[in-house]
Amino acid sequence: MAISLEEVRHIAILARLELTPEEQERYAQQLSAVLDYAARLTEVDTDHIPPTASVLLLQAPLRKDVVRPSPPRARILSNAPATERGMFRVPPVLE
Amino acid sequence: MTLLPELTLLEAAAMLRDGEVSSLELTRDSLARIEHYEPKLHAFLARTPDLALDQAHAADRRLQAWREEPSTPLPLIAGIPLALKDVLCLQDVPTTCGSRILAGFRPPYTATSVSRLIEAGAVILGKTNTDEFAMGSSTENSAYGPTHNPWDLERVPGGSSGGSAAAVAAGMCYAALGTDTGGSVRQPAAFCGVTGLKTSYGRVSRYGLIAYGSSLDTVGALARSASDLVPLFSAIAGHDELDSTSLPDPVPQIDLDMPDLQGLRIGVPDEYFIDGMQPEVEAAVRGAVQVMSEMGASVTSISMPHTDLALPVYYLIAPAEASANLARYDAVRYGPRVETDDLWDQYLKTRGDLFGPEVKRRIMLGTYALSAGYYDAYYEQAQKVRTLIKSDFDQAFEDIDLIACPVAPSTAFRIGEHGDDPLAMYLEDVFTLPANLAGVPGISFPVGFDALGLPIGMQLQARPLGEDLLLQSAHAYQQVTDWHLRRPALG
Repeated sequence: MAISLEEVRHIAILARLELTPEEQERYAQQLSAVLDYAARLTEVDTDHIPPTASVLLLQAPLRKDVVRPSPPRARILSNAPATERGMFRVPPVLE
Repeated sequence: MTLLPELTLLEAAAMLRDGEVSSLELTRDSLARIEHYEPKLHAFLARTPDLALDQAHAADRRLQAWREEPSTPLPLIAGIPLALKDVLCLQDVPTTCGSRILAGFRPPYTATSVSRLIEAGAVILGKTNTDEFAMGSSTENSAYGPTHNPWDLERVPGGSSGGSAAAVAAGMCYAALGTDTGGSVRQPAAFCGVTGLKTSYGRVSRYGLIAYGSSLDTVGALARSASDLVPLFSAIAGHDELDSTSLPDPVPQIDLDMPDLQGLRIGVPDEYFIDGMQPEVEAAVRGAVQVMSEMGASVTSISMPHTDLALPVYYLIAPAEASANLARYDAVRYGPRVETDDLWDQYLKTRGDLFGPEVKRRIMLGTYALSAGYYDAYYEQAQKVRTLIKSDFDQAFEDIDLIACPVAPSTAFRIGEHGDDPLAMYLEDVFTLPANLAGVPGISFPVGFDALGLPIGMQLQARPLGEDLLLQSAHAYQQVTDWHLRRPALG
């Protein structure tokens, strides 16, 4: 199935990716090819087949809710592109 | 350049214990090899010589203490120089995942698999090249340039753990950690003529492994033989309370003294021998199965009817998981930022500019498969077919102990050969994806060479938690063959 340029632009916004016009063209074509290939899955009868999200059958284990040391704030902040007064600094979100 | 003769990890470990060589000597030797071969291979993204020398000194003190008091336990990897795929966090050492979006990132903590190696006394030489976020089969998707195959510098080493495979093949390190989400340990091991172990899903902690496809990601290892992998596996496997998906099962002591393969039942699935595969690969794999049969294993032809669906299932599920995992790269907490006037533009421009083409392609594909109106048709349907693929394995393992098959349809291809054709590249993974979807362990090891002198790998797959049988069987094969001992002529 063909994916339109309009769909590619919509998906790119959902994925927070700015794409050039050339990238939009290329991804429209390449994603269409991959999804054509994937179309064979629709021919498989899965009416009574449960989905597998994880191969592990165990219950998610619970751990004790105890306070443990975490890395010092300065170490975490040292990777940030911009900080201010011990916080991550970002551009304005609202006008 | 005067280098030590090439040793296996276990030989080096024995010499360390006997005091015939020091960890410092081994480490300096490895660093010299890296210095010498790196301009040709580009296997490393970061080198850590100062850390390595410090760790070597500490290991030598530990070895000395052990020689004075041999009753104290000492892991076999104490003092052994190793490398880490650059998707595993090591505190304060640059970790990029082969991506510009993590340029300059220095993790504030260390992955459990890595800290277990370090606690066991290993020496860390550096971080190895990878396809960006482990998405690829050639390391060509690394933002920092491809790694070259030591057997032919014009060819890819495979991927995504291509840097680790090339480093081991070139003797730059005694072993290396890799990760395998769809074949990323096994296929580069095959392309570089080394032995690579993909562990069962949940066997090794993923804490500190930068996530790609969370239901598929596994940490594994590459070395020059199955026996060299045993001490690595023993060090990294086992439950970790920091990863709730790590299995509580105890890790067995692996005894390699299996004299033959009497009683072992091997199944060879018809579906893993497809039209268009390189005839030499099929011949070498069938020949290796014959060797194992002569060693006492019983060999039967089996059918795993859903095998050809693994590729489309994987390329919906893995991108879907990746699109969610990679949402965290927002240029707020780490990584470089494209400066903009508002936050929305910062997300769009930073991610659009700093992710590479394959990563963006998979994020787009995954976002599409998860989006309203397509979720049921693509993602949900892929998860249901995943159940069928897993049931192929469950049924096969009712009658057999190991599945023997090729690792990849061909030997190492040329750099640039697959150009900008994602489907052609995805087909490289056709024999390795099913194990990840089913969560089973696999091992890849050399079983021959093609007419061009390129290594050919074979894969064995076992029941979940069957790493011991994989290592024992591959070791038994390597006791009667010498493919794994051949080394590339690098000059």
